[in-house]
Amino acid sequence: MRVSRWGRLSGVLLAGMLAVTLGLGPAPGAEKLKVGFVYVGPVADAGWTFAHDQGRRYLEGHANVATTKVESVPEGADSERVFTDLARKGYRLIVGTSFGYMDPMVKVAGEFPNVAFVHISGFKRAKNLATAFGRIEQPRYLTGLVAGSMTKSNIIGYVAAHPIPEVVRGINAFTLGVRATNPKATVHVVWSNTWYDPGQEKEAAESLLSIGADVLAQHQDSPAAIQAAAAHGKYAVGYNSDMSKFGPKTFLTAPVWDWGPMYLYFAKKVEAGTFAGEDVWWGMDRKVVDIAPIGPMVPAALKTMVMAKRTAMIAGKFNEFAGPIKDQNGKVRIAAGSALGDSAQLMMNWFVDGVVGTVPTK
Amino acid sequence: MSPVTAAVLAAAVRAGTPVLFATLGEIFAERAGVLNLGVEGMMLASALAGFAVTARTSNPWIGAAAAAAAGGCLSVIHAFLSVTLRANQVASGLALTIFATGMSAFLGRGYVGVPGSGFQSAPIPLFAQIPVLGPVLFQQDPLVYLSYAAVPVAWYVLYRTRWGLEIRAVGEQPEAADAMGVDVARVRYACVIAGGVLAGLGGTFLSTAYTSMWIENMTAGRGWIALALVIFATWDPLRAVVGAYLFGGVNALQLHIQATGTSLPTYLLLMAPYVFTIVVLVIATQETARKRLGTPAALSVPYSRTG
Repeated sequence: MRVSRWGRLSGVLLAGMLAVTLGLGPAPGAEKLKVGFVYVGPVADAGWTFAHDQGRRYLEGHANVATTKVESVPEGADSERVFTDLARKGYRLIVGTSFGYMDPMVKVAGEFPNVAFVHISGFKRAKNLATAFGRIEQPRYLTGLVAGSMTKSNIIGYVAAHPIPEVVRGINAFTLGVRATNPKATVHVVWSNTWYDPGQEKEAAESLLSIGADVLAQHQDSPAAIQAAAAHGKYAVGYNSDMSKFGPKTFLTAPVWDWGPMYLYFAKKVEAGTFAGEDVWWGMDRKVVDIAPIGPMVPAALKTMVMAKRTAMIAGKFNEFAGPIKDQNGKVRIAAGSALGDSAQLMMNWFVDGVVGTVPTK
Repeated sequence: MSPVTAAVLAAAVRAGTPVLFATLGEIFAERAGVLNLGVEGMMLASALAGFAVTARTSNPWIGAAAAAAAGGCLSVIHAFLSVTLRANQVASGLALTIFATGMSAFLGRGYVGVPGSGFQSAPIPLFAQIPVLGPVLFQQDPLVYLSYAAVPVAWYVLYRTRWGLEIRAVGEQPEAADAMGVDVARVRYACVIAGGVLAGLGGTFLSTAYTSMWIENMTAGRGWIALALVIFATWDPLRAVVGAYLFGGVNALQLHIQATGTSLPTYLLLMAPYVFTIVVLVIATQETARKRLGTPAALSVPYSRTG
């Protein structure tokens, strides 16, 4: 095909303009770091994903970054597509916030060696894939102190998601707290076998209330247990974020997440070019976990005691898993003078003395 | 009776109610020969509709009406595809569920994590004082009482009215019904829509009575359980009650067993209703047993007069 003179001329002009545009683009140094977040649920779940999105907002306010989020991404093959897509679009730091993203993230991290990946709650790492989590057991212990003091029936209910070490560890830390303020109290565990089924969680809560529990705690992502407790005028300890609006008169407190500082840490590492496939497990001292404001029904003396314990934990002077700790059968699992190590915590599949319930064995 | 036993039975009724509504609805659709796999989606969408309208009007009854309307409207899609266009009913129903799941998640964003209001427990005077049945049956919320009424009404309509005869005729022998002057398409539309309305009530029960919140996917498979219970109930509204409460009761029982700290393996218990469903399915495939169980002969077969 013969190209006219005007056509050729306009082609040259176009090419020239393109070159100018590219040349005048922002200097590489001032470029914002693009950070992508992949969530397993909706941001407004008032729980797990909400907490992560608060972290994303914190990051935007504290670093020169541009962030995006992809909500409600199912674990498995679907997530792989989302991670690949983000990596292709130039996101240099990609965060996945659910355990089930582990294998897809390992795969995508292998395909994009120049992109940094952070997997929350996983254990598989690579040069450009770090794993991160927080010691939520610390504030859980503190909520246990509150629950133990507030119970009158000495029966505390715990609505628990799945019998995995993360949840078992939380139940144990909570129970150790309960027994520290009330050695007569027991913690009754009901497994809902779901993370997120309000109907089932409500029913689990009801079953605990019917056996006389007057304080409920939970390791679930919906506020159904808090609502159920509030409907009966009983106290509740939440999880993930301050859920007091679901039981304004009965919400005691909750172990909560604050992912912001951790995300800032990783963003700074990527900017400095020092990102590594490390395992980050922070506690209250690094602010990633904490306890929600304690409700007005809790006596001031108890609040003071809990906050003193919190200070001791932050200073590293108190370890919730320090021995002597007995299991349900009275056998000493952690000897006096020693504390449970990280790897033993990651594999915890036994209940401490004071828990009523069983960890289903495979 | 010990309070714990009463609590388990009351929980059985409570947990069974949403699936009971949906099962009754699906019985109507299937009795008319239309399999609707969109139950889960219709329940979800109407759970959102019920919650949203209740939140705006502060009146759960208006919310329930909106939920029933939402379920009904969605079911029209399935009726149009499977009755008018004679599309594959399995594909159409699945598409409806997938569509409604996504749509409710999208439209419901603003309502997630918002504390809602809804139906309160309303003990019926006098009845609530009956020793055993009182706390179990008559200290529930109004939607549960509505489900009590829906069961005999559904049974009466199906077995004791001319409409019911037409519905069953259309589900068994659409050609014969057509020859007798029954408008097959009209009956099927009506039944599918009735199914949608009832699924809608089940949905709104979840978001305004059982709990008062909306979150994505909160039906958590109850629509699929309803589909299994239709077979369990052998297409009979009275037996649907047994199935729904058994399903709710078994689950409540295993939670209570856990709460009391007894270490019984509860997995077998949880499987029981489904094992029975499989047994019914096996029997239902036998030609002689099929008639007695009530499987509609023309189930999931599109009808067209020309052949």
